[in-house]
Amino acid sequence: MQSSAHTAGATPGVPRLAHHFASLEVQNHAARLGMWLFLSTEILLFAGLFVCYGCYRYLFPDAFAAASRHLDLTLGTVNTVVLITSSLTAALAVHYAKEGKSKLVAWMFILTIAMACAFLVIKGFEYSHKFHEGALPGRHYRMEAVQLPGAPLYFSIYFLATGLHAFHVIVGMSVLVWLTIKALREQNFGPNNYTAVELGSMYWHLVDLVWIFLFPLLYLI
Amino acid sequence: MNPSSSTTAEGVLPAHDAPDAHHDHHHPSYLVDGTTIKSWLLTVDHKRIALMFLVWILLFFLVGGIFAMLIRIELLTPGPTIMDAMTYNRMFTLHGMVMIFLFMIPAIPAVFGNFMLPLMLGAKDVAFPRLNLASFYIYLFGAGLALWGMINGGLDTGWTFYTPYSTHTTTTVAPVLFGAFIIGFSSIATGLNFIVTVHTMRAPGITWFKLPLFVWAIYATSCIQVLATPVIGLLLAIVTGEQFFQFGLFDPARGGDPVLFQHLFWFYSHPAVYIMVLPSFGVMSEVVATYSRKNVFGYRAVAYSSLGIAFVGFFVWGHHMFVSGQSTFDAGVFGVLTMLVGIFTAIKVFNWVGTVYKGAVDFKTPFAYFCGFLFFTVFGGMTGIAVATTSLDVHWHDTYFVVAHFHFIMVGATVMAFLASLHYWFPKMFGKTYHEGWGLVAAAFIILGFNATFIPQFLLGNYGMPRRYFEYPERYQALHVASTAGSSLLAFGFIIIAVYLTYSLAYGKASGKNPWRSKGYEWISESPPPTHNFVGPQPTFPEEPHLYVDPKKAEVPNAV
Repeated sequence: MQSSAHTAGATPGVPRLAHHFASLEVQNHAARLGMWLFLSTEILLFAGLFVCYGCYRYLFPDAFAAASRHLDLTLGTVNTVVLITSSLTAALAVHYAKEGKSKLVAWMFILTIAMACAFLVIKGFEYSHKFHEGALPGRHYRMEAVQLPGAPLYFSIYFLATGLHAFHVIVGMSVLVWLTIKALREQNFGPNNYTAVELGSMYWHLVDLVWIFLFPLLYLI
Repeated sequence: MNPSSSTTAEGVLPAHDAPDAHHDHHHPSYLVDGTTIKSWLLTVDHKRIALMFLVWILLFFLVGGIFAMLIRIELLTPGPTIMDAMTYNRMFTLHGMVMIFLFMIPAIPAVFGNFMLPLMLGAKDVAFPRLNLASFYIYLFGAGLALWGMINGGLDTGWTFYTPYSTHTTTTVAPVLFGAFIIGFSSIATGLNFIVTVHTMRAPGITWFKLPLFVWAIYATSCIQVLATPVIGLLLAIVTGEQFFQFGLFDPARGGDPVLFQHLFWFYSHPAVYIMVLPSFGVMSEVVATYSRKNVFGYRAVAYSSLGIAFVGFFVWGHHMFVSGQSTFDAGVFGVLTMLVGIFTAIKVFNWVGTVYKGAVDFKTPFAYFCGFLFFTVFGGMTGIAVATTSLDVHWHDTYFVVAHFHFIMVGATVMAFLASLHYWFPKMFGKTYHEGWGLVAAAFIILGFNATFIPQFLLGNYGMPRRYFEYPERYQALHVASTAGSSLLAFGFIIIAVYLTYSLAYGKASGKNPWRSKGYEWISESPPPTHNFVGPQPTFPEEPHLYVDPKKAEVPNAV
C-alpha cells in the first residue's frame, strides 16, 4: 500500500513519509485503517457464500449431510492445522519486524509460504479425488454414492468457496513473497517501520480465518 | 492550532475576503502543472483523477441518454416504431446498465467527491493517491469490458440480471456481468480511500462536527460502498459461473432458488440507491447554504440523517420482493423499515427549507437545480412511501409507476445534484465563469422536461402499463407521446448546457478565487487550486463551514 512506501534515501529503519501526510504516525494509522476496511470487504465477499450455504443447507439438510461425509476429513484436518500454524509464523514475523530482526522476518515468511504451498498441494489432491469420484458442481455432477436432490448444489458451494479461498491463498502468498524479498534486500524493519509486515500478516490471518469458518461448515457438520 | 493567532497563513478564514491572489508560477494550478499526456494519465493528483473521471462519466451519460431517447422514440406508437422487440430489450438493458453502473453510482463521489474532499479537509490529497488512480483505471477497464459485451451481442435481461433468465439467455451476459463486477472494485477502492481520508487527514481545527455536510454525505456513502459492494461482487461472479459451469445455485431446475438471487442482488442494489442520492444530499447542503447566505439549519441533524439513511438502507431490500412469495409479515416489516428512510430524508428536506427561510437568496443556476431537486426528492420520496406500502405495491409492481418513481428519486435527485455541482464548482475546478442567463434557461428546460417525461409515466403505471414492454394497447399512447415530448425538452436542456459550458471552458472570464463568496472550506484555496491544494503551510479551520453573518440581523447566528 501507499504508505508503506519505499525506504530509499530515508534514515535506516524509518519509512519514507509520503508528501500528503502530516506525520508517520498518521500515515501508519491510515494504512492500518485502510487494511481493516479492506479485510471487512473480504469477509463480506465470503459472507454471500455463507448465506448461500445456510439457505441450501436449510432446504436440503439430508443431501448436505450426506455429501459432507464424502469429503476427506483427515486431509481437511491436516490442512486446517497447516494453515493455523502458518498464521502463527506470520504473527511471529510481525514480532521480529518490530524488533528489527529482518532476517528472521524473512525466515518466518518463508515458513509461512512453504505451509501455504503444502495447503494448496493437499487441496489439489482433494480436488483431483473429487473429480475422479464425479463430485462435480451443478450440471456435471455424476457421483454414484450420493444421489439426493441438492447434493450437486453442495458441491457447487464446496468448489466455489474453496476455490475462492484458494485464490486468496495465492494472492496472500504473492504478498508474502514480496515482503520476504523486501526483508532480505532492505533489512530495515524496526520499531518504527513494520507496517508493511503487519498488513501482510493481517491479510494472511484473514485467509486463515475464512478457512476456519469453511472447515466446519463443509467438513464437520 | 490557535485559531485566533494573527498569522496570515494561507487558508485562515479571513482569507475569504482577501483579494484574489495572483497565481505565482512556483505554484501553478493543477491544470497546467505538467502538460504532457503522461502527466495526466499517470497522475496521482486527486483533482486530475476527478477530471478524468468527469470526462468518461459524461461520455457514458451521453451514451445512456442516447439509449433513453431511442427507447422513448420506440414507444411513441403502440406497435414497432424504429426497432424490433429484441433490439428494444437490449436497448433498455443497456440504458439501465450504463446509467446505473457507469454514471449514477460513480458520478458525484468519483468526480466531485474526489475533487472536493481533500480541499474541504485541508489535505494535500486523499490518503491513498495511487489507489485512487487505480480505481479510475479499474472503472475504465470494467466499463470497457461491459461495453464490449454490449456491442458484441448485447444482453436482454434488464440491468437487474434476474435469474434464471440471465443464466439461460443466449445473449452475451458474462462479459457485462464481469464488467460490472470489476467496476465494483473501483467503487470499493474509492469508498475505502474516502473513509480513511476523512478519518486521518483532517486539518487542525476540523473536528467531526466542523466537517462540511458534503463530507458527511460522502462519508456515509463510502460506508455503503464498502459494505454492500462485495456482496454483489460475489453474486455477479456466481452468475458468471452459472453461465459457464451450470452451478445451479439460482436455477430451480437444479434445486437452486432464484429468489435467493433477488435477496443478494437487492442487498446491494437497494443501498446502491443511497450511493446515488446521498452524495446529492451533500451537494445540496452546500448549495443551499451558499446561495441563502446562511449556515445550514440543524447541521447535526443533517449530518446524522446521512448516517441514518446509510444504516437503514441495509434493511429495506425486501421491498423489491413483495410479490416474490414473501410472507405478509416480512413484507410488513420491510415496508415499515423502508418508510424510516422517508423520515431521515424529511429531516434533511425540512432543514434545507429552514435554511432558505429568511435567507438572502441569490437565485443562481445551482440554486435553480436545488429547487428542482427539492421537488423531485419530495415527490419521489412520497411515491416511495406509497410503493413501500404492500397493498399499493401489489397494484403498481413492475408497472411504469415504479419506473417513474425511481427515475424521480434516483435520476431526478442525482442529475439535479450533478448539474448543481457542475455549475457550483465549475469556477473552482476551472477558474472560469459561465453565462448565468443560459444556465437558468437550461435549468428550466431540464426541470420542466424531467417532469414532463415522468409525470405521465406515473399515470401510465397507475392505468396498468407494465414496465419493459415493447408494445402496448392504443389507449396508453397519448401519455407515451407526452413522455417522449418531455424527454426531448430534457435532451435539449442538456445540449444547451454542453454548449455553454464548453464555450466557457475556452472563453469564460476568470472567476477569481471565490465568485460565490461562499464560506465553504473548499473555496479557501485558489481557483483552480495548485497541485498540492494549498500554497504555504497547512491551513487551519477555526470556524464551522458556512458560518455566515445573518444578512438581516448583521450578527453571527449561533452555530448549530
